[in-house]
Amino acid sequence: MSIIRHPKDFYSGLIFIGFGVAAIVIGSNYALGTAARMGPGYFPRILGILLIVLGAALSLRALRLQGSPVPAWKWRPTLIVLGSVILFGVIVNTVGLVLSTIILIVLSSAASHEFRYKEALVSGVLLATLAVAVFVIGLKLQLPIWPGSG
Amino acid sequence: MDLFNHLALGFGVALTPINLVYALVGSLVGTLIGVLPGIGPVATIAMLLPTTYALQPVSALIMLAGIYYGAQYGGSTTSILLNMPGETSSAVTCLDGHQMALKGQAGAALATAALGSFFAGCVSTVFVATVAIPLSELALKFGPAEYCSLMILGLIGAVVLAHGSLLKAIAMIVLGLLLGLVGTDVNSGTARFAFGVPELIDGLGIVSVAMGLFGFAEIITNLESTEKREIIKGKVGGLWITKEQFKKAWPAVLRGTGIGSILGLLPGGGAMLASFASYALEKKVSKNPGEFGKGAIQGVAGPESANNAGAQTSFIPLLTLGIPENAVMALMVGAMTIHNIQPGPQVMTSNPGLFWGLVTSMWIGNLMLVVLNLPLIGIWIKLLKVPYRVLYPAILLFCAIGVYSINNTSFDVSQTAVFGFLGVLFVKLECEPAPLLLGFVLGPMMEENLRRAMLLSRGDPMTFLTRPLSAAMLAAAALLLILIVLPNLRKKREEVFEEGES
Repeated sequence: MSIIRHPKDFYSGLIFIGFGVAAIVIGSNYALGTAARMGPGYFPRILGILLIVLGAALSLRALRLQGSPVPAWKWRPTLIVLGSVILFGVIVNTVGLVLSTIILIVLSSAASHEFRYKEALVSGVLLATLAVAVFVIGLKLQLPIWPGSG
Repeated sequence: MDLFNHLALGFGVALTPINLVYALVGSLVGTLIGVLPGIGPVATIAMLLPTTYALQPVSALIMLAGIYYGAQYGGSTTSILLNMPGETSSAVTCLDGHQMALKGQAGAALATAALGSFFAGCVSTVFVATVAIPLSELALKFGPAEYCSLMILGLIGAVVLAHGSLLKAIAMIVLGLLLGLVGTDVNSGTARFAFGVPELIDGLGIVSVAMGLFGFAEIITNLESTEKREIIKGKVGGLWITKEQFKKAWPAVLRGTGIGSILGLLPGGGAMLASFASYALEKKVSKNPGEFGKGAIQGVAGPESANNAGAQTSFIPLLTLGIPENAVMALMVGAMTIHNIQPGPQVMTSNPGLFWGLVTSMWIGNLMLVVLNLPLIGIWIKLLKVPYRVLYPAILLFCAIGVYSINNTSFDVSQTAVFGFLGVLFVKLECEPAPLLLGFVLGPMMEENLRRAMLLSRGDPMTFLTRPLSAAMLAAAALLLILIVLPNLRKKREEVFEEGES
């Protein structure tokens, strides 16, 4: 039996403490002011202290309460989904909407355990057409369609 | 009477062709995402927010509101036909709705849900119109201290009525408030928590925060589970309601509308709470509660009316007090600020066309939904046959394009991905993201009012307790906290007693 009986609460408590400490440390660069004339550092400091107190309460309580363990993190979906979206943002302006759409669709489809390469490619081409029609032609967003046209 | 003049003004705005089109688009998109599991109204509204930049503010709000109540209609369709709630607010409809479908009464269940929702929509539109004026007059009397206390009451109320751990929810609010402070401080010009990144000087974008926490996180957690989604063929049958069914259903519709309208007003309330409460009520007042879970028509009529009423009346606190009470309303704040409208009591006087146009558009949207929804059910069912592995990349694409187009920078996309990561982490640790979003929206407003209140009182925090309205609201917040802690205590005590007996 581990000392941490409620891991979900324990670790969320640590995260809140982390944010609270960060708020106070980074916020120490901002002028505090007085209660009547609050500077930019006043409210963040209040919130930082609150977060630390709440986080500590959660973590300490987790030594007493009983809870299920934190579910395992399967990294594949997280990395592929977020990675392909970030990649889209980086390349869309240079390679254009059509190519970046196809790349996003095919890449992100690979996050599913039922990934089918051909199906993803077809859906990518269809969605690229739709995206150009809706966003560039319909809503007139400033997005290049092909490489070099931006 | 004044009310009629206001409604006439509203219809004048809402019935213009362009606004009719946006009400229709919003309602249809809402129904669509209501039908599709795995994407909710919060993620959808975040996705479509950037596309509303170019629209008139009133058209934008009409469309976004349509998504919210449209989702309530769509959610019931899948609950009844497939025993799979498209939205959490329709989860209880599965219990009896799907049983009715198995008995070959799917058509009757769908018709009950649609007509009940429409009735609730009509009543709650009038309710919004009548309550709005006195509430906003009250709000105009508020000083900064009252506003501060009101926000605290709103935030506490929102977590007390939501499910999950109270302590975690409060911590999430505080974290949200803190995230809301990122960017330039308006009073001193200091760039806070910006780390020298120019994009952060304007603060974190609400679209990124909402889309990451609600949209991306949901997709990722869905992908982690390997179970296959089953798609069942549903037979709709005739859309006729028998006289006997009608007799059973209409009192439930009335009760559902009433309970939904009131619960929608409360912070943290809205569609989901309303439908659950209504189901519990119907079971309690029924002469033979044994019917429930076996296809009782009241179990469909009540909750479906309630969730629609709740969805609509949850606009009241936003429109009159400027306080969002759930995640969808937090995004509506974002939408209003994009169009330079400060949500609050002054909207009604400074921008009456927008206010009443939005209110009446809800009624029009409901009418469209009840007319269009039933014939379109066949299409929605076909859409459900699109497998998730094809659906989610498309959702990701629309999210990515939407968030990129806000400022045309890749920074916003990466920022959304960071919140997506945080969102998954919160799911793993069972931290509800909705309170964070509320805090995020209210952060700057709360700081501003706190500063003003303390300036006026020359630094004396007692001002919050000596001003009667402010004190009353703080007392209400404290009472709510005590109330939630008490049943826990009681439950624990009961557990102890049970252990002692065995």
